[in-house]
Amino acid sequence: MSFEHTHLLGIEPLAPHDITTILDLADQYADRGRSAAKYGTALAGLTQINMFFENSTRTQASFELAGKRLGADVMSMAMQASSINKGETLIDTAMTLNAMHPDLLVVRHPHSGAVDLLAQKVNCAVLNAGDGRHEHPTQALLDALTIRRAKGRLHRLNIAICGDIAHSRVARSNIILLGKMENRIRLIGPPTLMPAGIAEFGVEVYDDMKQGLEGVDVVMMLRLQRERMDGGFIPSEREYYHRYGLDAEKLAHAAPDAIVMHPGPMNRGVEIDGELADDLRRSVIQQQVEMGVAVRMAAMDLLARNLRKRAPMESVMA
Amino acid sequence: MTRTLITNAILIDPDARTETPGSLLIEDGRIAAILQGDDAAPSGQPARIIDANGKHLAPGIVDIGVKVCEPGERHKESFRSAGRAAAAGGVTTIATRPDTLPAIDSPEVLEFTRRRANEAAPVNVLPMAALTKGRLGREMTEIGFLMDAGAIAFTDCDHVVQDTKVLARALTYARACGALVIAHPQDPNLSKGAAATSGKFASLYGLPAVSPMAERMGLDRDIALLEMTGARYHADQITTARALPALERAKRNGLDITAGTSIHHLTLNELDLAGYRTFFKVKPPLRSEEDRHAIVAALRDGVIDTISSMHTPQDEESKRLPFEEAASGAVALETLLPAALRLYHSGDLDLPTLFRALSLNPARRLGLEAGRMAVGAPADLVLFDASKPFVLDRATLRSKSKNTPFDGARMQGRVMATYVAGAPVYEAE
Repeated sequence: MSFEHTHLLGIEPLAPHDITTILDLADQYADRGRSAAKYGTALAGLTQINMFFENSTRTQASFELAGKRLGADVMSMAMQASSINKGETLIDTAMTLNAMHPDLLVVRHPHSGAVDLLAQKVNCAVLNAGDGRHEHPTQALLDALTIRRAKGRLHRLNIAICGDIAHSRVARSNIILLGKMENRIRLIGPPTLMPAGIAEFGVEVYDDMKQGLEGVDVVMMLRLQRERMDGGFIPSEREYYHRYGLDAEKLAHAAPDAIVMHPGPMNRGVEIDGELADDLRRSVIQQQVEMGVAVRMAAMDLLARNLRKRAPMESVMA
Repeated sequence: MTRTLITNAILIDPDARTETPGSLLIEDGRIAAILQGDDAAPSGQPARIIDANGKHLAPGIVDIGVKVCEPGERHKESFRSAGRAAAAGGVTTIATRPDTLPAIDSPEVLEFTRRRANEAAPVNVLPMAALTKGRLGREMTEIGFLMDAGAIAFTDCDHVVQDTKVLARALTYARACGALVIAHPQDPNLSKGAAATSGKFASLYGLPAVSPMAERMGLDRDIALLEMTGARYHADQITTARALPALERAKRNGLDITAGTSIHHLTLNELDLAGYRTFFKVKPPLRSEEDRHAIVAALRDGVIDTISSMHTPQDEESKRLPFEEAASGAVALETLLPAALRLYHSGDLDLPTLFRALSLNPARRLGLEAGRMAVGAPADLVLFDASKPFVLDRATLRSKSKNTPFDGARMQGRVMATYVAGAPVYEAE
């Protein structure tokens, strides 16, 4: 097993064997999470700081829990309420925190590339918890683990990603990851919510949902990112639901054993039918949340091992 | 009477499109004689003889669209620092932009900048003024008074005048004054909030992007207004292939239109943004490699007339931010010539063509005598070694701001000396 990365900034820098390494370890953590022996010591003595410059409930909670289960000292900072509002720049904030010698920094930021920028200025391991429309690597990894556990493999699957692709970092990370693992990817959504140049991504693009869903093994729904839209991408939510909302009728076009995924939080009745989302025979949405903790434990564990390799004394002394 | 003789040079004449070995005599700030090959020196002893050692001598660069941050942000660039940077870059005339704080939109502010420029800058400084008050696109400035005060051209820089009625009136009034209007062709709604050019690259990086079509739409609109008003017009930066047919057609139809492009769009492309490097964030954003090729070809064919540095100083603080939030623009006075020489070394353009775009055409467009290698022309000259290699270290730049995309880049071609009205304003050690 080898994982030679200092940070987890995106899926793009990862090789297929890196992805497999994370998922294999996460698999073990997932099993342990269901047992009485939930807690480990892989991150004992390490300090984890969560910096969220954008609202988040589940991702932040998931990272917090993952750190605590592995024995890290976890601190979460709601950056909207902090000195960023007093005019401090991102880099100054990063330098300030860096001076407190954290070992793991988990960062979410509304601007693409902001986490890369921050990672250049600190000397701890940085995990991207979502940057603008760029990447959200742990989400793609938890989706991959969920698929692998449900389908028994993570290659040669037909996977449809549906909805607001243009504004979605989840879509980007998933397209990259699922592509690296050699799956066939279909993107379904109104053309106004497709990013430019999408045809060059090695995916198939559909604007008709029923056609796009024909025979797929996995249906990934995306949240309609109303807060990222400055108006006019779709005529109305009801028309969107009619054409692109997932309901039993549209799902009937997918393979009979197709699973339904959603990164949450859901807009019920906008992109997904509420009843379908709760249907435990089709929906793996709860498993996604569960795998989230496991994947984040695995990612932080692997990065921490590299931290200790680089400066074994320092982290012990700290 | 001061006389300087530059011998043993290769003289670049952009007008005649020639490169010939020879010598050049400067008298009283003007070119007094051009001596081909080994012609005998003129009668009388020159006060100073400079041996060019077989290097190139060309008309000094005339750069339309230089931002000097006076008034308002002198910590980013002053007339002194910009002037020294220009001199070191072989730029002998800068037409400065009015997008300062406050905007240069009244004769009083213009006079302030002229006074500052004359005190501090070793090169010719020709201030441009805003086309509309405060660059807000609502009311035209006092174009007549501003011309009397020395405004060389009128531009709202990267602010597009959105109200077509306002622009039509300003163009009509400017035509009556004989004023040159410089505009930034861009559809302002389509390009709102954009930090990159739309396409695979911007999508992969998750950056808000603008379609290259926005440039053509802006140009199409302006051309329609030129047909209506007959004004003298220069497009500051044409950077996309799609805008070129419209430009070509407008020229063929006899409109008084010229176009420039920036050195960055000629030598860099969108892939340079990789890693979210904010020093490559310029306005309009860097384009695809196909667009870059089309612009180089348009320059060769004369569809695009001028190259400018679009020198835009920004301090570290405004660049050390997430890409979307970071300021646009790059300093380029000192890298303009070596970057432009990349096109010469790659075989895309010969030196006379390059200096048509760098010196002759911008000078003509501004109605200046400079830019020519001819007897009687001002002795604004640049002597350079076209093949000298070096690695750019941004700390060595004379600009107060160091926001160059070429930091650490391997470049070829260095300025040896720059002369303004016959006097050396820069000499390399």
